[in-house]
Amino acid sequence: MIRARGITKSFGDEQVLKGIDVELFPGKCNLIIGLSGSGKTVFLKSILGLHTIDSGIVEYDDRIWDNLNKNDRKKLRQEMGMVFQGSALFNSLSIEENVGLPLNFFSGMSDSEKVDRIKFCLNRVRIPDEAFKKMPSELSGGMQKRVAIARAIVLNPKYLFCDEPNSGLDPETAIVIDKLIHEITHEFGMTTVINSHDMNSVLEIGDHVVLLQGGKKTWEGAKEEVLTTNEKAVVDYVFRSNLFKQMRAALKSI
Amino acid sequence: MIYGFFEGLGAYFNFLSEVFRRPEHWREYYRSFLREVDLLGFSSIALVCFISLFMGAVVLIQTAMNLDNPFLADSYIAIAVREAIVLEFAPTIVSLILAGKVGSNIASTLGTMRVTEQMDALRVMGINPASYLVLPKIAACLLFNPILVIFGMLLGMVGGYLAGDLLNLVNIEVYLSGYFMEFFPHYVTYSLTKTFVFAFIIATVSAFFGYRVEGGAVEVGKASTKSVVAMSFTIILFNYILTDILL
Ligand SMILES: Nc1ncnc2c1ncn2[C@@H]1O[C@H](COP(=O)(O)OP(=O)(O)O)[C@@H](O)[C@H]1O
Ligand SMILES: [Mg+2]
Repeated sequence: MIRARGITKSFGDEQVLKGIDVELFPGKCNLIIGLSGSGKTVFLKSILGLHTIDSGIVEYDDRIWDNLNKNDRKKLRQEMGMVFQGSALFNSLSIEENVGLPLNFFSGMSDSEKVDRIKFCLNRVRIPDEAFKKMPSELSGGMQKRVAIARAIVLNPKYLFCDEPNSGLDPETAIVIDKLIHEITHEFGMTTVINSHDMNSVLEIGDHVVLLQGGKKTWEGAKEEVLTTNEKAVVDYVFRSNLFKQMRAALKSI
Repeated sequence: MIYGFFEGLGAYFNFLSEVFRRPEHWREYYRSFLREVDLLGFSSIALVCFISLFMGAVVLIQTAMNLDNPFLADSYIAIAVREAIVLEFAPTIVSLILAGKVGSNIASTLGTMRVTEQMDALRVMGINPASYLVLPKIAACLLFNPILVIFGMLLGMVGGYLAGDLLNLVNIEVYLSGYFMEFFPHYVTYSLTKTFVFAFIIATVSAFFGYRVEGGAVEVGKASTKSVVAMSFTIILFNYILTDILL
């Protein structure tokens, strides 16, 4: 379980995170939703230690980030995988080298073990063997996302972070990527944290949903509750469109 | 303005202290080093050869015109051409060319990696991007720039020889013998020392500008341009300082 308590973060005069308390559960897709600019990315990077936070505590299964020394942090990092919004594949490395990089640094595997592991992860996200030697720029956006997922899970992480994994993809591919992350999460029992602003994702894969608005957590709950709660923040966020308003009315009348 | 300059200088040395960490994974650094040698070194050979050949020819034409004295043997023209190329044209001009080609490549590569979150991807993995990305580039420049400058010296002298022969400006046998007269090895040492310093400037200053980019593609382009200006400025300054000290 990842636990964040009282997280604040400012850039200059602008306070982006205004004291966020969240618990993120193992074996679940924890969805952080909110409008663009509500602080989702900053929050994710803050609990990952990519941003230094101004105040607050981040705990990874009772390991408090701030209390860890350099070596322990490094070990903890090897339990984390991250899928960035733009995939962030290393553009000078081939697909298999991208996925293999964490192995080269941290696994201590023999070369043949590495090849097997790379193949397992890439095939798991349905990248065919013919594509292994290609460069990232030769792949479509959806394929790049898959490779990014393969790279994120190659060290068998306990914690998986995804920043808007389906942004920039067509609706069909978006659902495929969402489902893939969901499957992997349950298959390997990872604590998965996903940033999204997409209601489709919420309803498909949101095991636990957290709503951020203007740098504050305004609601959290299960995805079923998203549609039925009377909490104003959620109603305002989810039911901006008429379609969802009608769905809500229909659900309530059952 | 002055404050900004010193702030920048402080940030530069901070950056260097992050770059010069002892690598924990030599094999990965070595692999990356080989890639950089290919990318930054081998790909520049043709350009350096072309430029040096014509530069040598121009130096010969100018020198022959200015030393147009029947009592002065053509071997003296050869000595003048050789000194000009070895002392100044090869190390400084080639380094400035490399600042434009290699330096801007380093700045834009690192800048792109920064704005597309590839650096964050490394940090999440627990890899120090400053050291892993920049050290191999510095090593590649320190190794390969001197090789390129030596190519430049040799081809500059070949260019001078060819121009002298083709344009009939000198007695070519006397001229050629001049290349081997009154040769001071110290000049080559001086020249290669400059080249090493310039190579370090090129690799680190461009990396510094690229590493700090924030924003998007436009900022990457701007950083690349700024880095070339900063590198040229620093190279010319150190050219003066080192010449004062070493010669
Ligand atoms: N590195 C940064 N420097 C300054 N401001 C930033 C930085 N990163 C994000 N912000 C600001 O923080 C706010 C939240 O951004 P972000 O977390 O990216 O939103 P989103 O929910 O769309 O991911 C935005 O107003 C943005 O301008
Ligand atoms: Mg975002």
